[in-house]
Amino acid sequence: MAVTPSYEAEQPAAGESASTGYDPNYVPDSVKSFVVHMYRHIREKNVYEIHQMYETSFQSISERLFKDSPWPSVDAVASYVDNDHVFCLLYREMWYRHLYARLSPTPKQRIDSWDNYCSLFQVVLHGVVNMQLPNQWLWDMVDEFVYQFQSFCQYRAKMKSKTEQEIALLRQYDQAWNVYGVLNFLQALVEKSMIIQILEQEKEGLEQFTATDGYDYSGGSNVLKVLGYFSMIGLLRVHCLLGDYHTALKCIVPIDITQQGVYTSVIGSHITTIYHYGFANLMLRRYVEAIREFNKILLYIFKTKQYHQKSPQYEQILKKNEQMYALLAVSLSLCPQVKLVEETVNSQLREKYGEKMSRMQGYDDDAFTLYDELFSYACPKFITPSSPSYEETLVNYNQDAYRLQLKLFLYEVKQQQLLSGVRTFLKVYSTISLGKLAAYMEVDEPTLRTILMTYKHKTHSVDSDGKITSNADLDFYVDDDMIHVTESKPAKRYGDYFMRQIVKLEGIMTDIDRIKLE
Amino acid sequence: MGREITNSAAAANQKQQSTTSYTVEQLVAVNPYNPDILPDLENYVNEQVEPDRMSTKIVARILIKALMAIPAPDFSLCLFLIPERVQMEEQFKTLIVLSHYLETARFRQFWDEAAKSRHILEVVPGFEQAIQAYAVHVLSLTYQKVARSVLAESINIEGPALDKFVEHHVANSGWAIEKSQTKGQLIILPPTEFNHPELKKSASDGIAFENITRILPILG
Repeated sequence: MAVTPSYEAEQPAAGESASTGYDPNYVPDSVKSFVVHMYRHIREKNVYEIHQMYETSFQSISERLFKDSPWPSVDAVASYVDNDHVFCLLYREMWYRHLYARLSPTPKQRIDSWDNYCSLFQVVLHGVVNMQLPNQWLWDMVDEFVYQFQSFCQYRAKMKSKTEQEIALLRQYDQAWNVYGVLNFLQALVEKSMIIQILEQEKEGLEQFTATDGYDYSGGSNVLKVLGYFSMIGLLRVHCLLGDYHTALKCIVPIDITQQGVYTSVIGSHITTIYHYGFANLMLRRYVEAIREFNKILLYIFKTKQYHQKSPQYEQILKKNEQMYALLAVSLSLCPQVKLVEETVNSQLREKYGEKMSRMQGYDDDAFTLYDELFSYACPKFITPSSPSYEETLVNYNQDAYRLQLKLFLYEVKQQQLLSGVRTFLKVYSTISLGKLAAYMEVDEPTLRTILMTYKHKTHSVDSDGKITSNADLDFYVDDDMIHVTESKPAKRYGDYFMRQIVKLEGIMTDIDRIKLE
Repeated sequence: MGREITNSAAAANQKQQSTTSYTVEQLVAVNPYNPDILPDLENYVNEQVEPDRMSTKIVARILIKALMAIPAPDFSLCLFLIPERVQMEEQFKTLIVLSHYLETARFRQFWDEAAKSRHILEVVPGFEQAIQAYAVHVLSLTYQKVARSVLAESINIEGPALDKFVEHHVANSGWAIEKSQTKGQLIILPPTEFNHPELKKSASDGIAFENITRILPILG
């Protein structure tokens, strides 16, 4: 049974406050205690204790002593941990993560952090680590790696205000956060860990991975395998940031998102996976798929967010929750299939976006402004991966990628503009001649034919296997010049309703039974 | 320490870059089109420090091939990856217009514009046939019976050539012909769940199995 270290009780000594200047070599006792115990727990593979220290102690010490200054430098603490090379890499990883969260990294610090990730991943890829680390930490490594890449691209693209020094630094370290470097590391982790094969073999009962949450109970290490697993999600995210939605979805194919898995063992990874999966499907016009997944995760967050109130990820969870409601609003406006949305989620959605959604059905300028607004609020922070041209006049191009994705998205929305008019009429008629409908819509017959075919094309999406699925809530067929509307009654969810009542009644009966016994 | 590793990453990147340009060239030369081309397009775009120097020819071929994949959204997927500045070039603007016509089923306008842009499109064999296949696809989603004239306009074929086309599909794709005194020839398209609602499988009131397990103990 591990003894909880007593550094929690320590008060910051006078003069230790961060605002009086940061001394990288000063190591408060609580930090010394922290690294010594963390080091021991890692050596002894006490995953639970590592997790406690990583999640809780690190946060509370940061809150108390390092609110706006970095932790002590790794050189200052190295002697307390036998100068252990790997521990120092891990400490630095946390050090930079804290820096990014609380302060603004300098250009040199950004580059040094890249170097640290290179070293850390190289060590892992060489297969020499024999640790068991908590999934939360391993996820945070990948997540932070991609985040710092995104942050660097944004930073680099703001060329206008760069000093001579900064430009010189960027040119000198032009390999730092290079898009290929990032992709290569993630890809290498996936391949070296053989995680895809492991997941395949697990389906046939030849391997254990998901069942143990990725942990290795036979004396080995979980680090490479789990990093490889999370790297698939890292790749999903990076390709979305680059606007390559097709490749993004391919990277995540080995993970069955209809089931629980290691990706659901950490809430951050669960949300990141579904958010990007849903977004990629939205851009690929697979609206039904996007709606389904957003619905599931939003319901899950609704039920479980109370348990994460104290966690450092809470804010992020709330932010992503709001963004996904916006994406759901957009998806449902383009593909009105309300029956796919669960009651609780639907009422939340109505509250947040009910009014906007009805305006979005208008397909006028007001509607496009709203599509713009919601998309811009909820979309990933797209990046331009190429280095700037240092020869030309310095411009800021950090918004270019986002502007392109927005423009193409709105272009698609505009193409669907005519569908709204058709839907209104289809709701009212069971059969109507082309001539009559054309007259009502004030277009000629050939134009109406194109509108009807556009409706069919836009409401029937093609999945990656080439299979066609209908997204249409309202459908029709044309017999020469007669339109026949398919009646689709909204499915009254009798099944769901009865299920709930059965469970409720059972609960009441159990309560009544209890009264009798007393 | 950092420098060595970044140098080896740089070496890997150099190698990747030269193999990538080779691969993209190769890929556009090979039929059939494969959306797995997209990561290579992504790479190709990424490595262009000066996007204006990107080979217009190569990208144009990729875009034409992507267009041929319609109704799959491959053309949009490519546009997501190509910087806006590059999309402004004449050739690409034309292709974007052609894509727009196809996405909104404006076949007559499409074939008119395509005729004007033959020099751009002829670099990729099979273009016409691919678009005609798409036209047939959309017609098959929409119509149970369609007038010959509507078919003709959407695939840009008339007269004896159209007769041959129809005969071919009657023999191989389950089409049928209905002759009417007043309406001329009507093409009967094969019945699918998309143009025959009665063929659609109903899944609306299904209950997921795991929900049933909740009440199994209650049911005893």
